[in-house]
Amino acid sequence: MRVVPIAKANSAISFVSECEEGSSEIPKLDLPITRRNFLQGSGILMGTIASGSLIASFAPSTVWAVELKTLSKEQGETLMAMGKVLFPHKKLPDAVYGLLAKDLDAKASGDPEVARGMVEGINAVNKSAGGNLSKASKAKAYAAVKGLEGTLFFGLVRGQCITSLYDNDMAFVALGYPGACWEKGGYITRGFQDLKWLPNPDAQSSPPPYLG
Amino acid sequence: MTKFDFNDDSVVVIIGSGAGGGTLSNELAQKGVKVVNLEAGARQSPASFIQDEWKSFGQIAWLDPRTTSGDWRVAKDFSGLPSWICKTVGGTTTHWAGASLRFQEHEFKARTVYGDVKNANLLDWPLTLEEMEPYYARAEDKMGVTRTNGIPGLPGNNNYKVLHAGAKKLGYKEVHTGRMAINSQPRDGRARCLQMGFCFQGCKSGAKWSTLYTEIPKAEATGNYELRPESHVSRIEHDAKGKVTGVVYFDKDGKEQRQKARVVCVAGNSVETPRLLLMSESNLFKDGLANSSGQVGKNYMRHLTGSVYAAFDKPVNMYKGTTMAGIIRDESIHNPSRGFVGGYELETLSLGVPFMAAFLDPGSWGEDFTWWMERYTHMAGMWIVGEDMPRESNRVTLNSKVKDKWGNPVPNVHYDDHPNDLAMREHAFTQGEKVYKAAGAIKTFRTPPYPSTHNLGTSRMSAKPQDGVVNKWGQSHDIANLFISDGSQFTTSAAENPTLTIVTLAIRQAEYIAKQMSERMI
Repeated sequence: MRVVPIAKANSAISFVSECEEGSSEIPKLDLPITRRNFLQGSGILMGTIASGSLIASFAPSTVWAVELKTLSKEQGETLMAMGKVLFPHKKLPDAVYGLLAKDLDAKASGDPEVARGMVEGINAVNKSAGGNLSKASKAKAYAAVKGLEGTLFFGLVRGQCITSLYDNDMAFVALGYPGACWEKGGYITRGFQDLKWLPNPDAQSSPPPYLG
Repeated sequence: MTKFDFNDDSVVVIIGSGAGGGTLSNELAQKGVKVVNLEAGARQSPASFIQDEWKSFGQIAWLDPRTTSGDWRVAKDFSGLPSWICKTVGGTTTHWAGASLRFQEHEFKARTVYGDVKNANLLDWPLTLEEMEPYYARAEDKMGVTRTNGIPGLPGNNNYKVLHAGAKKLGYKEVHTGRMAINSQPRDGRARCLQMGFCFQGCKSGAKWSTLYTEIPKAEATGNYELRPESHVSRIEHDAKGKVTGVVYFDKDGKEQRQKARVVCVAGNSVETPRLLLMSESNLFKDGLANSSGQVGKNYMRHLTGSVYAAFDKPVNMYKGTTMAGIIRDESIHNPSRGFVGGYELETLSLGVPFMAAFLDPGSWGEDFTWWMERYTHMAGMWIVGEDMPRESNRVTLNSKVKDKWGNPVPNVHYDDHPNDLAMREHAFTQGEKVYKAAGAIKTFRTPPYPSTHNLGTSRMSAKPQDGVVNKWGQSHDIANLFISDGSQFTTSAAENPTLTIVTLAIRQAEYIAKQMSERMI
């Protein structure tokens, strides 16, 4: 079975900030699901990307999975749900929120204090959502997350969202940002002036490009 | 490569290799002066620069611990990162966007022209635009500034088209693609701009001027220059007569080294420069070096700043092409009827998705925020650069409660917005929003200041020794062979991006230092 390889081919942990320079392609490697056997971890988050979406046409598979080392599957799902309340996006697939859970899990794995605080926070937000944030109604989930504003846990999750959700190849595709362009020669011949819905500036204010 | 002995006390030691230090190094080396250039950061190259916002930030930004205080929003949003500058060979000239504007005549006479602004510490510069003009001309030629020396302006990108259309509808007159130290055509052995849009991450084509691949290799070619990267200076030493004799620094292996010197020039940007002077206190100079005025670290300025982003119902794709693609200059005049003294520039700016998420509205969350991120391709953006007021209470001090990895106190940066700053920012936000609404924006957003890129004034120039730290040559009033060679010298901040003026002052200072050395004055 193939999964959307969210990790860089040669990196098991730090995948979020590892956008390959010069390429916004997701490397096509196969991570067999049996890999979980090698992990001590307790959770694995899985899902599918809606076929026909922009991301699906770009990803090698419509199935995604991330492995958690410290947190359980349910705890990971709570963090994903919290990410969706904090930064709700029609354009972003669930897999991106899976990255959030994986990154927070990595933080928890690196520091028992952080892990303890994270589990406490997860329990608190689940409790105030009536037991399970990921199954709560939109209004209830929002109130549960809003209620934690100002806590360390809230700050940790919100802050992690900024890099986990927005610094990855799937978000780049979904939001229309191509990332690095050096290898493609920049935009001098690729549409840096392609806006057509406003009048062009006069040549005095914006001279034509030098093309050699 | 040239190597100088640690005990060679005939060398000029220059601390920092950015716009000030890198330029001064080359100018002195060209005149036959021996220079040891100590740079805290590592050496990169256009080939090693990374077009990835966070990775690049990790590669070139100054990330040593710092603390903040004051009512400015940066202290809340980025409490450990008051400034967004670089720790790398070439300093912040690797990161700057390239805007190269001369100061205006009245901006050198801020105290005289603006009057006695309450709770500001305004002072006239001890020099005039007229004195600066020949050096400005040399700096523009050196840097290859567009719209000077017969160099054509850059072509405007989509982000510029939006700014231009709105500005013209609003009746603004001086609107163009700027005076930029970015090659619009090949020049000085460097390529023309490829419109990549990663100006902040280090220019991979070398079209943007940076001391990294202009001044520094030219200095190296003279045989009079030694660059020592990853050398973090912790102390400037002096003799019993109060003349500086050399510096102590930590090399790349963390080993303490002592380099003797005939002259020491400090160009560590306006947070590190006063920090180093303060850390060099001694029995003779109990308040720090060059600080008989008590002004070291004070009058910290950071330009007004703020951004306006706008969403449109049609695509813009502002990320394509130069980051600072155009400018509106009409508001840079001094016209107190607007409710404030001094003026501001409006310059296009764009961020990639990762930095837009981090900087659009720090700390926010929810649908209001994601509404903007979902419209990333349909956004245009501009940055406000305005003159802020010098204040004694806005200052860099040593925070002995927090230590860096060498055990030295970190700098604390305190800043309170002056009422003039607030009035100007409000005006600029309003005008920026009007520009975009005139171009058809469906919504506009006022983004608060980023961590400071224009750090200025903490060792300011003054005619009288009691009013400032250095004279009109950047020479310290107290110690003849100690110079300040970066934006710390600025008496006031003016409305313009500071790099051109820093380079201009460095060219001028090099002449003075060489002359003083040949006349055995220092």
